[in-house]
Amino acid sequence: MRLIFEKSISGKRGVRFPERDVPSACNIPDGLKRKNYAELPEVSELDTVRHFTQLSQHNMGVDTNFYPLGSCTMKYNPKICEEAVLYKGLADLHPLIPQLPDGNKLTQGALQVLYETSQFLSEITGMAEFTMQPLAGAHGELTGTMMIAAYHASRGQKRKKVIIPDSAHGTNPASAAIAGYEVVSVPSNAEGVIDLDEFKKALDKETAAVMLTCPNTLGLFNTQIKKIADKTHEAGGLMYYDGANLNAILGKIRPGDIGFDIVHVNLHKTFGTPHGGGGPGAGPVGVKKNLVEFLPISRVVKKTDGTYALEYNYPSSIGYIAPFYGNFGVILKAYIYILLLGQKGLTRVAENSVLNANYIMKKLEPYYHLPYMRTCMHEFVISAVKQKKNGVRAVDIAKRLMDFGFHAPTVYFPLIVEEAIMIEPTETESKQTLDKFIDIMIKIAKEADENPKITKTAPHNLGISRLDEVKAAREPKLRWTK
Amino acid sequence: MPYISNTDEERAKMLAELGLNSIEKLFKDIPPELMSSSFNLPKGKSELEVRRFIKELASKNITDLICFLGGGFYDHFVPAAVGAITSRSEFYTAYTPYQAEVSQGTLQSIYEYQSVISSLTGMDVTNASLYDGGTAICEAIMMAVRITRKKKIIVDEAVNPIYRKMLHSYAANLNFESIDVPVGKDGRADRKTIESELDNNTACIVLQNPNFFGCIDDVSDLADLAHTSGSLIILSTYPVSLGILKSPGEMNVDIATGEGQSLGLGLCFGGPYLGLMATRSKYIRQMPGRIVGETADKNGKRGFVLTLQTREQHIRREKATSNICSNEALCALSALVYLTLVGKHGLRELAELCNVKACYARKRFLEIPEIKQKFDSPIFNEFTLELPANAEDVISKLVHKGIMAGFPLGRYYKNMKNCILVALSEKRTKKEIDFFAESLGEIL
Ligand SMILES: Cc1ncc(COP(=O)(O)O)c(C=O)c1O
Repeated sequence: MRLIFEKSISGKRGVRFPERDVPSACNIPDGLKRKNYAELPEVSELDTVRHFTQLSQHNMGVDTNFYPLGSCTMKYNPKICEEAVLYKGLADLHPLIPQLPDGNKLTQGALQVLYETSQFLSEITGMAEFTMQPLAGAHGELTGTMMIAAYHASRGQKRKKVIIPDSAHGTNPASAAIAGYEVVSVPSNAEGVIDLDEFKKALDKETAAVMLTCPNTLGLFNTQIKKIADKTHEAGGLMYYDGANLNAILGKIRPGDIGFDIVHVNLHKTFGTPHGGGGPGAGPVGVKKNLVEFLPISRVVKKTDGTYALEYNYPSSIGYIAPFYGNFGVILKAYIYILLLGQKGLTRVAENSVLNANYIMKKLEPYYHLPYMRTCMHEFVISAVKQKKNGVRAVDIAKRLMDFGFHAPTVYFPLIVEEAIMIEPTETESKQTLDKFIDIMIKIAKEADENPKITKTAPHNLGISRLDEVKAAREPKLRWTK
Repeated sequence: MPYISNTDEERAKMLAELGLNSIEKLFKDIPPELMSSSFNLPKGKSELEVRRFIKELASKNITDLICFLGGGFYDHFVPAAVGAITSRSEFYTAYTPYQAEVSQGTLQSIYEYQSVISSLTGMDVTNASLYDGGTAICEAIMMAVRITRKKKIIVDEAVNPIYRKMLHSYAANLNFESIDVPVGKDGRADRKTIESELDNNTACIVLQNPNFFGCIDDVSDLADLAHTSGSLIILSTYPVSLGILKSPGEMNVDIATGEGQSLGLGLCFGGPYLGLMATRSKYIRQMPGRIVGETADKNGKRGFVLTLQTREQHIRREKATSNICSNEALCALSALVYLTLVGKHGLRELAELCNVKACYARKRFLEIPEIKQKFDSPIFNEFTLELPANAEDVISKLVHKGIMAGFPLGRYYKNMKNCILVALSEKRTKKEIDFFAESLGEIL
């Protein structure tokens, strides 16, 4: 498709502003003005709407296609949530109002949303208190790691290391490193979970924390989790829970009950807020009692008279990590989601997501290599090593799926499985959709045997064929210029 | 059961395929003693009930005051077409565009976004977005620390105090040292003090234009100064002002950041917003976040992909330039659609409109004898007044007249208890400004 700039015609306008109604003139000195106008497109409103509508038609989304992208929890996003964030009183609420005199009184509804969502999350994860501020999962990890550092510092310790399994998501080591920690990567064992002996070797008095997701990125539950937590605590370390996989365990297990001290939750995964083509998300962080004093400021509190307020006076706090109170619009959607589903609904989310994943895994097992033969949780990883013998790789299978109207699963993650294909169907998909997907996956496996060329050169039906990533990186062209 | 479409019968069939007779069996790996000790949540409600309840909550927030409150977050008009596009679920229900062939809509729009922001800031390259204007400054500082291998940061006190507080907590935890330099008497960066603080250990100078007090400046001289000592200059900007103001690129800035909320996003109680970041080509490999590049498919047809990914956490893990994964893609789309609708000449017009309204309002306020202008520097759309009374008290009184008068600067600046920061956007009419001025006159 042509770029919007290539559709630009001098003199066209997409919006008109009101005429000036004040007698003043612009008084900016010439020396402070830009020389040339910024090169923005000149198009009509219709040109704009048509351009972006057509662009949207070059996308797959959950609303248009099955999107089994592992680790991303691409569930259906209820429409009422999209509607509610546009309500007057929410969409147009200035974030500085609570900082005005008596400003809390003017924002009681919004503060209630923040407070109650944090309470719900505390109950769901078994934590004492939550901050709603982190703006995505990785931002939550960084916030959590800063609190870990503050905790040890308060005890006069400066521990150096964070232990992370080799199956972890890339943000885990990246967040720990940014917060100044040395990352110790521990291998996984034949069951797909962190190797206990290797773990014990890595654990010592320099260990500030152990960062884990459970179920892990292979979709496997670690039955030794309590032991790992106990050992870590014995060594004086803290347990950090990456909540990206919380969908599997809602109402079944709570990170707080199994020994975790800090948890972040990706609202844009488990709590049904849409991913927006890459964001915005939200990554609230919960902590056990002994870490509450380190939570970022501000904090939302409920007063004895039943009103809500922001409090800033926490001397041990790590300070500000976001400008305001979090990605409020995202938090509001998650709040609504929790209200709609309630206790039973959330438990069924976990049950159905796990059932859907096991169902697909079982059906694909005869056709693809399954590196870990165990019941999975909400997602699982297969490998394309069988197909690789014919030159068909995970990426080829991913691209071929597109020809049949499916978004690809996650590929080449986690890094510990060769030719990994990570499938997460979520609870919102029907058996009919799963069956169709299974049929196509089987068809592709057969095709990879009989006619691998078709698979290797996919996609064929999209109007665009496989894109050259090497060229993009070698000759970076990162913007349009006149 | 909302949002789960399988029937009990279908579930039973699926379980049978797995050789199981109950869903509980799927959780058999979990030792019983680890099962939830509590899961005490309310019963689910219908959409109708929830809708009613949320409307009621919304009505407990006061948003019908005439808004002169800014402080980096502005009440601009958003054309209806912005929402019409961003509410298309092909955009908003997609994930990060890892699979390029089914994500060309997202990828091309990010490429176009990178193009408009690069042009607006006068910089070479832009990333696909960061969380917000504050974390964008923190990321820019970490980037400057990597590039220069130095650890001292000089920060002008007229950088948004909320961002400075964020920067302080990042600094405390991430091991760099930041020094805040008070603003000069005229409201602009204090050259002398900055020069005396600048040394061979300085990674960067952080400034904001227009600054928090509303003053505008040309920081080219500070950029030159920084460069002579091997330091970088980071400038946080307000994108609407760039319709008319000298761009960071023209001032020789190394990293431009900004809050993109003014580009078609609602105020929404603080987020989701949009972190802007643009830099010079030579620093691209140290830039955090996703970047989209142009390429071609097998048949030579133009297409777009995520590129230069060896900077990112999913490849480099603990050696990545940043830990960012999810960003603010949909907000970047809003900004792109907004800038497309407003267009090349429209943005200049909009910037002028904000400026003339601010000039008029300031003139009206200064007609009140007790009110003084705090700083002499030129302004864009926001300015600082010195009142004869505590600014918080004045703001409280004006709330009762239906006016959100501005921000009390004493909250963040000890010596400014009587100062108020007043912001204007194209939405404020002469009538509203006159009413504000009259009401203020009556109160004082
Ligand atoms: C396992 C895991 N951890 C952490 C993250 C990071 O979350 P976010 O993208 O919200 O920063 C993700 C998401 O991609 C994930 O899948």
